[in-house]
Amino acid sequence: MKRDRPDKGLDKSRRDFCKTILLGTVSLAVPGSILAATEKKGLSDWYGTKYKPAEHLYAMGIKVDRCIGCGRCVDACKRENNVPDYPFYFRTWIERYIETEDGQTIVDSPNGGKDGFKAPASDKKVFKTFFVPKICNQCEKPPCVQVCPVGATYRTEDGVVLVDSQYCIGCRYCIQACPYGMRYIHPTKRVADKCTFCYHRTVKGLLPACVEVCPTQARIFGDLKSKASPVNQFMRFNKIFVLKPGLNTEPKVYYADIDLEVR
Amino acid sequence: MNHEIARLYETLKLVVGFIYPNEIELGWNLLIVVYPYITGLVAGAFILASLVKVFKVKEVQPTYRLALLTALSFLIVAPLPLVVHLTHPERGFEMFLTPSPSSAMAMFGFVYVWYLMAVLLLEIWFDYRKDFIVWAEQEKGYKRFVYKLLSLFTRDTSPGALSFDKKAVYAITVVGIPSAFLLHGYVGFIFGSVKANPWWSSVLMPIVFLFSAIVSGIALVLLIYMVAVLVRGEEPDMACIDKLASFLFYMMIVDFSLEFLDFVHRIYQSEESIHILGQLISERLFVSLIVIQLILGMILPLVAIALIKMFKWPAEIRRLSYFIVGLLVQFGIFSTRWNVVIGGQLFSKSFRGLTAYKMAVGGVEGLLVSLGFLILPFIILYVLIRWLPPWEKERAPSVPSR
Repeated sequence: MKRDRPDKGLDKSRRDFCKTILLGTVSLAVPGSILAATEKKGLSDWYGTKYKPAEHLYAMGIKVDRCIGCGRCVDACKRENNVPDYPFYFRTWIERYIETEDGQTIVDSPNGGKDGFKAPASDKKVFKTFFVPKICNQCEKPPCVQVCPVGATYRTEDGVVLVDSQYCIGCRYCIQACPYGMRYIHPTKRVADKCTFCYHRTVKGLLPACVEVCPTQARIFGDLKSKASPVNQFMRFNKIFVLKPGLNTEPKVYYADIDLEVR
Repeated sequence: MNHEIARLYETLKLVVGFIYPNEIELGWNLLIVVYPYITGLVAGAFILASLVKVFKVKEVQPTYRLALLTALSFLIVAPLPLVVHLTHPERGFEMFLTPSPSSAMAMFGFVYVWYLMAVLLLEIWFDYRKDFIVWAEQEKGYKRFVYKLLSLFTRDTSPGALSFDKKAVYAITVVGIPSAFLLHGYVGFIFGSVKANPWWSSVLMPIVFLFSAIVSGIALVLLIYMVAVLVRGEEPDMACIDKLASFLFYMMIVDFSLEFLDFVHRIYQSEESIHILGQLISERLFVSLIVIQLILGMILPLVAIALIKMFKWPAEIRRLSYFIVGLLVQFGIFSTRWNVVIGGQLFSKSFRGLTAYKMAVGGVEGLLVSLGFLILPFIILYVLIRWLPPWEKERAPSVPSR
């Protein structure tokens, strides 16, 4: 006896089944993607109508020889950005290097250098000594952005790495990925926090707080896309270096007169 | 001043040399040690189960279902330490909704779901399907309903259907082996791909993770099997136990060689970080790395199994030795995870100093919660064993007539 072959009907329903599964999966992802897209749009509220982020690229120059280790930059940063005033949370800090005559290098940064530095306790003869301000390098290829599982940390068009505190899940992968130790978990917000080049100020044409208060102009800030900007002048008239160049992060914080002991 | 800040002030006193100021607080703590340890056990137990199905190692058949259930119990717990560790666990689901394609971590959810749904649950279901049907026939009341539900209300026990089950189990295991490799190799990749950290950044990391996972999984199933036999008052299957110990031995040799290669490679290349890593081992990880991981967790078990293989010791002594070996291996592998996760954060990325880890006892990130996550899988396993007896005797012998 010839059996009924309901193949055609079966095929159709199977196709429908696959379609439903596919649609279901996609529809799960869509609301989230839309949410994420609107989240990024929020930035334009900051910019206003005149500011075009794509026309800028911010960078910082640091003249190591000019830093006197007064710590005003660290203090200004903490006040401007509500960084908790404990010695474990810094968006910027100062390191003191003491190279002794017997070839040792002693580095310290008590309270991030915020309260200045006391005379060294060691009675070893000093060969040379200098201060090095540290700040997020706003890398062009930021490892922190690469590893963030939800895209809560991102690089703006004008070259600043930011954290969306409404979106960060607090997995701390970015903290592990940053070669410069620039990130920490904000103890009250419970999200990753870091230097923003005082983004709320810079998009209005103001200087970052640390640059503003530096009494010796050891920190120079500017727009790489503007030829007249101080940072371009700095780049032109100094031999410059970046930290940990071997990691290919392409920092946007450039150092002049730096010593090879600095990492 | 809260607990956390007070603890950081305490830690500050233990810092040696110079560290970047933000490095005092360890981002990843004990919970993140527990996570790769548990996923490793899952992958290892599954690989052991696949020995029976794919590689036809008949001797270890008695542990086949036990290994699957062990893998499942640990897999259920695996994501918990991760989620609990997030500072915003309520946002954790964003990893599924808006995963960042460039992030290694973003794939965790998908790898996990794939492994749970497409591999483990499916394999267990196909393997137990006939038994579910038979047990449903035998039981009464709510138990009958539970078994019917577990069988998804299938009732077909015809030879054709059963042979399909068998083929399905085989196919799933074949897919499952690379999936188990993926699950744990991937965990290794999360660490191995961090170029900022020379202790982690190694192409060998996923492979070392994988083999240490297999080692820990085999040792765990060996332990559970021996305890189960003891509790049930049965005669242990020595052929099975000896075979498990042999596989444990071979896998430990591979694992040891890989770790040794990594060690020699680092010393020979002697990169910028070599001094601080040496200091890390001698000042911070000596007990956990040299004593527990290397001597107690690796060399001693290897020597013990080698001796057992060389001299034909009586079964009693062999069993006792295997039991101690199994325990030592567990401590060793847990130490391995500790040395990777905690060790990798104890030295400064300035390569100039060391920080310390002061473990909390209470609190979400404390010792008690982590212990809970290590005990929970055994409770789940107990429940699973009660409902899905993995013993070969319990396999439904014949198909009920209907």
